[in-house]
Amino acid sequence: MPDGNKKLDAKARYSAGVLEYKKMGYWEPDYLPKDTDVIALFRITPQDGVDPIEAAAAVAGESSTATWTVVWTDRLTACEKYRAKAYRVDPTPNNPNEYFAYIAYELDLFEPGSIANLTASIIGNVFGFKPLKALRLEDMRLPVAYVKTFQGPATGIVVERERLNCYGRPLLGATVKPKLGLSGRNYGRVVYEALKGGLDFTKDDENINSQPFMHWRDRFLYCMEAVNRASAATGEVKGTYLNVTAGTMEEMYKRAEFAKELGSVIIMIDLVIGYTAIQSMAKWARDNDMILHLHRAGHGTYTRQKTHGVSFRVIAKWMRLAGVDHIHAGTVVGKLEGDPATTKGYYDICREEQNSVSLETGVFFDQDWASLNKVMPVASGGIHAGQMHQLIHYLGEDVVLQFGGGTIGHPQGIAAGATANRVALEAMVYARNAGRDYLAEGPTILAEAAKTCTPLREALDIWKDVTFDYASTDAPDFVPTTSVS
Amino acid sequence: MRVTQGTFSFLPDFTDQQIHEQVQYCIDNGWAVSIEYTDDPHPRNTYWEMWGHPMFDNPDAAAVVYELNECRKVYGSYYIRIIAFDSSPGWESIRLSFIVNRPSEEPGFKLSRTEVKGRNIQYSITPYSSDKPQGSRYK
Repeated sequence: MPDGNKKLDAKARYSAGVLEYKKMGYWEPDYLPKDTDVIALFRITPQDGVDPIEAAAAVAGESSTATWTVVWTDRLTACEKYRAKAYRVDPTPNNPNEYFAYIAYELDLFEPGSIANLTASIIGNVFGFKPLKALRLEDMRLPVAYVKTFQGPATGIVVERERLNCYGRPLLGATVKPKLGLSGRNYGRVVYEALKGGLDFTKDDENINSQPFMHWRDRFLYCMEAVNRASAATGEVKGTYLNVTAGTMEEMYKRAEFAKELGSVIIMIDLVIGYTAIQSMAKWARDNDMILHLHRAGHGTYTRQKTHGVSFRVIAKWMRLAGVDHIHAGTVVGKLEGDPATTKGYYDICREEQNSVSLETGVFFDQDWASLNKVMPVASGGIHAGQMHQLIHYLGEDVVLQFGGGTIGHPQGIAAGATANRVALEAMVYARNAGRDYLAEGPTILAEAAKTCTPLREALDIWKDVTFDYASTDAPDFVPTTSVS
Repeated sequence: MRVTQGTFSFLPDFTDQQIHEQVQYCIDNGWAVSIEYTDDPHPRNTYWEMWGHPMFDNPDAAAVVYELNECRKVYGSYYIRIIAFDSSPGWESIRLSFIVNRPSEEPGFKLSRTEVKGRNIQYSITPYSSDKPQGSRYK
């Protein structure tokens, strides 16, 4: 180790003045993280001329105990314990000016069961720190001891399936379109047709709350009429995600209570309500037998760019702790950002009992979820029946596939669009279970199913050429550097 | 109407060969396969009657198809479903459930509305067939 990185003795360390962070104890290359440590992996882009190790130490310092100058009051505490420790800095494989910095945090730095407290440290002031050009939180390892302080998903994948009496296939949903402007009565029509046609769920969009064209009580009343009609028409349990997002917690609780009173199986919130509100609603959902759907509205502002912000895989981990049952996690083949390998990483975080390190999918740590329920990922945005084989291949079985335009835009109407999607789905699951190479034979399997289902035939014809094939902005960096997009 | 509970209700009814394929898929995954029947298809009727226990340790789908046909001899006018149970940690529930027999006529469900305070409505769903006593609901 170069001399400049060495730790100082106590006298030199605590003399008044300014010291480099790496000399203040925030750089410990020999540190072995404890099983109970929270570990964060940051992608750091130091300003020109800033030593990457000093930059990593500064991140450790600014996200834990440090301030810009030496303070004697450190010595009144077990300060070495509370200091976050940068213990490893690697150049990123593809970008010479970016580094992966591993930082370990003592468990006692965090309040049990509070995403707000965790994030106030880990993505607090440090993200505006001047010596860094950019900073991105890539991944976190959450120790079991900390995981166990969270409720986790209110319902979880298994119990959701038990409540819906729906097994062995992805769930099907659709977002009501147009997303804004429909009256409550017209809105409920879309819900009824889609559910009657074969979908399990319909969904409010993220920005449908209570607006002049449709106030929330009207929407809830008409939607539940539609849900119950569709249930009676099919003999199935149906649901519609009633978005209870509002300006205050009091208002959200009021709307959630009304949804419960009307017999809805599911409510919905938006990510923009904030971590504490999400945890509160998750607790409410657990107490009231309600499935809790989360729309990730707003995440693209900080998850999409590779150099700065927070990776969505970290948001997915926080949301599993916070306790949502559904989270939008990408489609791979649809209209929104989503490299296949990176998306697989998100899905694994939502659904696995334990995650293993998998650099090719962007998962940097082993993570034990300690029997916390699993989150059902939701694939939504620019997907249609003709992609069914790819969707099942990439996303698996425990996922909600949401075909909004792909249901409502069907030439024969909404119910026909829903039927097309349901038949395509069941045919593909059937073929997979029967041992066919469904990915390669997907178009053939769909064409066969379409012989006895005119709505599917029409869906395949109208959307056959629709793909969204753009380069991803957020593919993982790892060695060996094979192309994944 | 057609009750569309289960994984494959939107496909044409399965032949015994197709049922065999799906059951073998379950068995090969290590799931125990069970046969259940009912004459009450209410969407929230969770507990259909069991045609024996789930067939633990059974390696061959043919045995399930045989039992299904035995069940059909007695309850051929009922709904019959195949259910696969997965005992793996973290799941410990059903993995696949599909209807393999249904009444020749399915009259469907009545939706009753009770108007309560304000514009609220309380809904209840009843199979039309459930007016008759259990055992005499379907021909």
